[in-house]
Amino acid sequence: MAEKKMRQIAIYGKGGIGKSTTTQNTVAGLAALGKKVMIIGCDPKADSTRLILHAKAQETVMDKVRELGTVEDLELEDVLKWGYGDVKCVESGGPEPGVGCAGRGVITAINFLEEEGAYTDDLDFVFYDVLGDVVCGGFAMPIRENKAQEIYIVVSGEMMAMYAANNISKGIVKYAANGSVRLAGLICNSRNTDREADLIEALAKRLGTQMIHFVPRDNQVQRAELRRMTVIEYSPEHKQADEYRQLAQKIADNKMFVIPTPLEMDELEDLLMEFGIMEAEDESIVGVAESA
Amino acid sequence: MSERKPIKGMSKARTEKLIADTLAEMPEKAAKKRAQHLGANEPTASTCAVKSNKKVVPGIMSQRGCAYAGAKGVVWGPIRDVVHVSHGPIGCGMYSWGTRRNLMQGKPGVTSFPMDFTSDFQERDIVYGGDKKLEKLLREANELFPLCKGLSVLSECPVGLIGDDINSVAKRMEEEFGKLVIPCNCEGFRGVSQSLGHHISNDSIRDFVIGKRKYDEEPGPYDVALIGDYNIGGDVWAAKPILEEIGLNVKSVWTGDGEIEKIAATNSVKLNLIHCYRSMNYMCKVMEEKWNIPWLEYNFFGPTKIEASLRAIAERFDDKIRKNVEKVIRKHRKEMDTVIAQYKPRLEGKTAMLFVGGLRPRHTIGAYEDLGIQITGAGYEFAHQDDYDRTSPELAKDTIIYDDVSEFELEKFVEEFKPDLIGSGIKEKYVFQKAGIPFRQMHSWDYSGPYHGYEGFKIFARDIDMAINSPTWDLVKSPF
Repeated sequence: MAEKKMRQIAIYGKGGIGKSTTTQNTVAGLAALGKKVMIIGCDPKADSTRLILHAKAQETVMDKVRELGTVEDLELEDVLKWGYGDVKCVESGGPEPGVGCAGRGVITAINFLEEEGAYTDDLDFVFYDVLGDVVCGGFAMPIRENKAQEIYIVVSGEMMAMYAANNISKGIVKYAANGSVRLAGLICNSRNTDREADLIEALAKRLGTQMIHFVPRDNQVQRAELRRMTVIEYSPEHKQADEYRQLAQKIADNKMFVIPTPLEMDELEDLLMEFGIMEAEDESIVGVAESA
Repeated sequence: MSERKPIKGMSKARTEKLIADTLAEMPEKAAKKRAQHLGANEPTASTCAVKSNKKVVPGIMSQRGCAYAGAKGVVWGPIRDVVHVSHGPIGCGMYSWGTRRNLMQGKPGVTSFPMDFTSDFQERDIVYGGDKKLEKLLREANELFPLCKGLSVLSECPVGLIGDDINSVAKRMEEEFGKLVIPCNCEGFRGVSQSLGHHISNDSIRDFVIGKRKYDEEPGPYDVALIGDYNIGGDVWAAKPILEEIGLNVKSVWTGDGEIEKIAATNSVKLNLIHCYRSMNYMCKVMEEKWNIPWLEYNFFGPTKIEASLRAIAERFDDKIRKNVEKVIRKHRKEMDTVIAQYKPRLEGKTAMLFVGGLRPRHTIGAYEDLGIQITGAGYEFAHQDDYDRTSPELAKDTIIYDDVSEFELEKFVEEFKPDLIGSGIKEKYVFQKAGIPFRQMHSWDYSGPYHGYEGFKIFARDIDMAINSPTWDLVKSPF
């Protein structure tokens, strides 16, 4: 049976790096290319689909489960919405911080979508937009067997974002050993730091992958967000829209899927020092109080 | 106490060879670990060499339970005037419901609550937390059963994983209801056996129950509490009258047919009498440290042990109690002699092997011996070193001791020693009965009981005779 291969993609990255914004703008770009896409938000904050749906917050799978009592009573149409460019949107949802188990919410939601046939054959892409800090097994659900095979890490030239990218790569190595999950590239969401593109290129090279695109910083993104829209929908002629279309095209054409080679902490710090992000440590001041 | 006479045919070489042969059939790693849990008894050693209270060796088919089982099934469940809530998915509450034969008086739903209360967790409760549901449930239970004297919240595994704060819910509800609401973090995955569940439950009695109520009456010199009798088959009802007959005032029973407010006021008694040391020694020690209440282990299985225990108890009191004890012993002696005269000739020279929870093997040895039966092997599911140290002197030299024994090992030992009776649990029962070996289920007294006290010994003797001397065994022809 010659069926079209659905590509499942997970977007990871440090919290606040711009995963949801980048994902939705890129998905809008893919939709503009005529691709059929589904976004699954895997974050209790449920802000992975608002730009596509023009909605404040989509009703989530877990919200609906809570309302109805059990997963079994839930219907797909209760939680699956169509937005810009016929993009299918689902949010897993979950509890507020400090109670329950958000990771289990992701597992429950994805299992539900599979059982209810949300993964239809006409889809070209499924995007998982995952909570930044992977703290338990639930948030690794999207990269387990038979889920996302490609992972893009959103990163910037800031130190902590790069630490996070390296840590996520370690996680990918773990799952890659038993399955088909691969690192497909770093997306640099620029923060206008010094030599940012060069630095991320260098980091990508060390990780054995590529910087698939450098997305420059542009306030047009925020202007579009205020209207709960992607740049591509709000101002298709704007140069920033072009950046996302380029990124979408590169992802569509991407063939570079690798098992990453994460850096040791020392190597990462050397890299940061090489680019002047970090100064050499003066061990003589460590642990010494100001008054001493 | 004098050492047991050696049992004919038992020798250190034979027992050790049996253990070696049994271990030889296991993978090397498992055999190495299991070797520490098996041994030939050395009654005069200062400490029993058999290791215990360790994680089960994977693959050996242990008979152990979990911390929740220890909390719900043993310590909390028998308290009759409390609504016990199993907090988590429905299975744990359902399958622990009424299974332990801890009998209770009272009118169900009015003065006793032998029902299955559970928060019946669904996916949404895991994801969003079960605190709110628990609060609602407790309110509903308290509204439906306003005469309950308290509510316990017994955590199942997922509650510990998602971090539900049952303690703060319990605290709020206790203030709202004006009755005891006790949180117990007895998640099943904690510890190596049900034993930790007993300990955790003792800790929650310490933290949330003891000292919170007072008896109406003034304290008296003969006030005692009966600790660690769970009223299996009515044991408490056979034991408590004896203590009353010798002039003691039993203020509370922990926890068989127990009442929570009486348990809460126990810190005013003069002496704690403890039957099941394994499951309740913790609270005896707490009461000793905090309120200077001494405690004494006693054993009401069989007339020999009853008499010895009564005399030991009398030593803690005055001449009045000592006189009463002798009077009570004399009064029952004749009846006991009649029982022994009836059954001992039919049972003399028989042997038995025992494998039960954490106390009974050592405590029942005396009752078997009163009937002329010798114990050739004994072990526990979840006992600790102090239990084995108390067991060793009660057994004859070179008998076999097995901790957390597996089905395979026990079958091997039984094949070798060919006991006339096995006293163990429901999981062993049919294996050995089908092999044509008389068996008594000694967790629930095999739907019989009581076995404690003078009344219990009559029933015990009848049951053991019935098991061993049943004509059924001669009618069954093995096809093998």
